[in-house]
Amino acid sequence: MEIDVRKVAMLSRIRLTDDEAAELGPQLSSILGYVEQLGKVDTDGVPPTAHPHDAAMPLRANVVTNGNRREELQAPAPKTESGLYVVPKVIE
Amino acid sequence: MSWEVVIGLEVHCQINTDTKAFCGCSTEFGAEPNTQTCPVCLGMPGQLPVLNTVAVDKTILTGLAINAHINLESKFDRKNYFYPDLPKGYQISQFAVPLVVGGYIDIPTKDGGEKRLGITRIHMEEDAGKSMHEGLDAVSHIDLNRSGVPLMEIVSEPDMRSADEAIAYLKQLHQLIRFLGVSGADMEKGQFRCDANISVRRPGEPFGTRTEMKNMNSFRFIKQAIEFEVLRQIEIIEDGGEVVQESRLWDSVKCESRSMRSKEEAHDYRYFPEPDLPPLRVSQQEVDAIKAGMPELPGQLRKRFETEYGLSSYDADVLTQTLESAAWYESLVAAHPADPKRCANWMANELLGRLNDAGKDLSESPVSAARLAELLNRIGDNTISGKAAKDVFDAMMESTDSVDAIIEAKGLKQVSDSGAIDAIILEVMAANPAQVEGYRGGKDKLMGFFVGQVMKASRGTANPGMVNQRLLELLKG
Amino acid sequence: MPFSSLSEIQNRLSSGETTAVEVARLYLDRIASFNDELNAFVHIDPAHVLAQAQASDKYRSEHDARPLEGLPIAVKDIFCTQDGPTQCCSNILKDFHAPYDAEVITKLKEAGAVLVGKTNMDEFAMGSSTETSAFGVCRNPWDTERIPGGSSGGSAAAVAAALTPAALGTDTGGSIRQPAAVTGITGLKPTYGRVSRRGIIAFASSLDQAGPMTRTVKDCAMITGAIVGHDPRDATSVADAPAIDWLAACESRDMKGLKIGKPKEYFVDGMDAEVRASVEAALKKCEELGAEIIDISLPNTEHAVAAYYVIAPSEASANLSRYDGVRFGHRCDNPEDLLDMYTRSRDEGFGSEVKRRILTGAFALSSGYYDAYYLKAQQVRTLVQQDFTAAFEQVDVIATPTSPITAFKLGEKTDDPLTMYLSDIFTIAVNLAGLPGLSQPCGFANNLPVGLQWIGPAWREDSVLSAAAAYEAATEWTTRSPAAFGGES
Ligand SMILES: [Zn+2]
Repeated sequence: MEIDVRKVAMLSRIRLTDDEAAELGPQLSSILGYVEQLGKVDTDGVPPTAHPHDAAMPLRANVVTNGNRREELQAPAPKTESGLYVVPKVIE
Repeated sequence: MSWEVVIGLEVHCQINTDTKAFCGCSTEFGAEPNTQTCPVCLGMPGQLPVLNTVAVDKTILTGLAINAHINLESKFDRKNYFYPDLPKGYQISQFAVPLVVGGYIDIPTKDGGEKRLGITRIHMEEDAGKSMHEGLDAVSHIDLNRSGVPLMEIVSEPDMRSADEAIAYLKQLHQLIRFLGVSGADMEKGQFRCDANISVRRPGEPFGTRTEMKNMNSFRFIKQAIEFEVLRQIEIIEDGGEVVQESRLWDSVKCESRSMRSKEEAHDYRYFPEPDLPPLRVSQQEVDAIKAGMPELPGQLRKRFETEYGLSSYDADVLTQTLESAAWYESLVAAHPADPKRCANWMANELLGRLNDAGKDLSESPVSAARLAELLNRIGDNTISGKAAKDVFDAMMESTDSVDAIIEAKGLKQVSDSGAIDAIILEVMAANPAQVEGYRGGKDKLMGFFVGQVMKASRGTANPGMVNQRLLELLKG
Repeated sequence: MPFSSLSEIQNRLSSGETTAVEVARLYLDRIASFNDELNAFVHIDPAHVLAQAQASDKYRSEHDARPLEGLPIAVKDIFCTQDGPTQCCSNILKDFHAPYDAEVITKLKEAGAVLVGKTNMDEFAMGSSTETSAFGVCRNPWDTERIPGGSSGGSAAAVAAALTPAALGTDTGGSIRQPAAVTGITGLKPTYGRVSRRGIIAFASSLDQAGPMTRTVKDCAMITGAIVGHDPRDATSVADAPAIDWLAACESRDMKGLKIGKPKEYFVDGMDAEVRASVEAALKKCEELGAEIIDISLPNTEHAVAAYYVIAPSEASANLSRYDGVRFGHRCDNPEDLLDMYTRSRDEGFGSEVKRRILTGAFALSSGYYDAYYLKAQQVRTLVQQDFTAAFEQVDVIATPTSPITAFKLGEKTDDPLTMYLSDIFTIAVNLAGLPGLSQPCGFANNLPVGLQWIGPAWREDSVLSAAAAYEAATEWTTRSPAAFGGES
């Protein structure tokens, strides 16, 4: 199984050096090669399981419970200015 | 050979809840940046979403109002992409199994008929934050107050065949949503946003390649953008080229669109079921309860107002713009049942006009329906004339005095006493002997002159019917 | 005293024989002496530990003691705590201070526990050996050239070497049970949905579950009883989970009438012969105690690992997107532009195993592959669940080896991710099915501890605890501890 590691890395926003890409390619191929055994399992008509239990989603009341915690919540931010998060320019 | 335009619309509509879709943060518009955020809507480690129950109910209500099917079990998925205003790196949305599927809206056609436009689905999702670039050099600023605000995305079938149809659909949808109270749908606040999928084809041929037009934040821009895009595509094809499937951004200043291909290139949203949220289950009873509480919809109301109250389709339309205005009208009619048309005229022309001039909402009206009805009753029982009533109404907008007190104070009480009217008429006749002569000589048209003079002399208080009657009598000589 | 069980310490505290401060000092001293060798703790604040112990002693003098009054408990670096850093042993969260406590941390505090510090782990819990930690490898007290298992290796090593009497771990594919097995302690992964996940840094949301790692079965029950419960702010926390009398479940001393399933797929060629022998002997012991051993089959076991290595990385690839250098965590120096900020911050912040899993997951979910990988894995997950459902129609609990091998040497499998993944083959199916699973010591192979795994039906932790408690009472494996750290081997 050939995998375009660079494309997947771009989707995942992870920079890869050439060495890393050269190492990861075969590793991913080997992992996904192992996973391919799933193809042999007969799953015709088998429903997929996304959650371990057959439970319904609980809902939340439409009541404001949170106040302004900006200062505290922005403490771990790498860069802020006047209460705004700062990032390199977004080009649309 | 002619071209046929094919348009499908995706509307993102903010559901008006007090709190965000998945956390207890306020959705109040206009707060200081990032003051309405919490660990959940900031996507901090280990934080988990729990869905707002009112957002679900309002989406169901909208679904019922467009005659759609409500999925009793629907699911949430993650839509993965990186953007600085998307805290988790994925948006929680409904992809595989949305809450609402299959519905429609009827729009009026030019020939007076109706065209049915299909709605594929309505799904719930969370909004992203806001990125700001203007006036900034190498950086952008991120405000996450809007991050996690609940949205419903209303996706139409590609059923529209012109920009006008698209606008008619959007206006109808916009009105419906405001009517139901499920969204403020304020376009300037970004509460009602539209993307258009546009393609052209020769009639009878399969769909052409479509482009997606984004960032159109008013009905006018939407119309311009669609018309621009249709011409652009036709030109490409007629020049022997091919339309590229892409997203395009509408620039309302330059009145042109540009490709967003750079941004699209790497997009692969990798949707998969949101493991933090089990399926959303609603019972048929819950759906039925919402249906039972659903108000009469604008279309139904309009038709009923026309037949039951004999209103013109224009007045019926104006009065059914919002649930509140329809209810206001009906309470006015209840208090002044004698003349529903008079109620409609007064509400649509006098009240709404004055409120509009003052920049006020119906809810802020200084005159209640009951009070307006008192005034209309005074017209009905001939206490005042319609003309004088407008003066009284102006005063009512400014004071809380009773209708009768205002009439009294202004001396506008209609004079229906024939003695008093005769006295005025004789005065007018004495002052205008030439006209009396002329009338008696066969100039019937001078009747209007005398009515005007008498009304003027009575400062509008004379009962016009009686004035007519007495004039005919006295002018005979 | 250092190798005492939690409940023994509790007895001494309530009789007044000792105080929470004395107990805390004892373990702080041991941490000071031994942690350099083991690297089990990545953060410790002795003054803060003593302050909590003092507060607990004061509380005890004024009120009735709470369920975990004064008892030291260490927690894996994956639990968010307002006190001290929460780094998930990753450079991307270096020096991150969470502005909130995980729900289980709140519950431990409310139960009177003294939180000892943060334990080492595989970065973002991705690993089976605690070798992928950004803060250096953790070592197995039984042989410091060997791994302590993973990903909760720091918690396991700390308990095994009595640097703490108990710890919390998390288990996504065996991360509590496998390290418990290879360090000779007891660890319980509760039923999915039993314990709130809020404030626990997510690896794979549909699989993650927190649980205790302790010396004895009863200790596991004590802690589990304190941390379970519905959390309205975790939609996967189950509201109507059947209640259990946690301590009562541990009082059983025999296995009369107990039907134990022995799945043939968990006793296979290729597994360590001595491990197999230990577990077979344990099952013999169970028979002597009155249990009936029933051969069963869980036919989709071999596919469980493959399904897991699609589902877990897929969920992880999305869960780890939030580490983007915008609102918290590492941002690279002088980013040229937005893309550079993302790609370089994440390159610098994540270790290679985390990158491997993110890329595997992104690939499995990408357009054109979703059906063949992700959807298929979810269908196989259904089959794995159905296997267990069928088995539990015949038996009360299932017993298996926890791991096919004993602790391997540091570095032995780091070059071959796939072999590393296959060391989890006996624990993974339990997570896919969301079931409770417990590992307890059942002997030694190659002079290293071997773990016996008990698997119960959903919500039947009591079955698992009863079987394990009876086995524990009839054997003396829990009294063994590594001699190099002052224990009795
Ligand atoms: Zn929030």
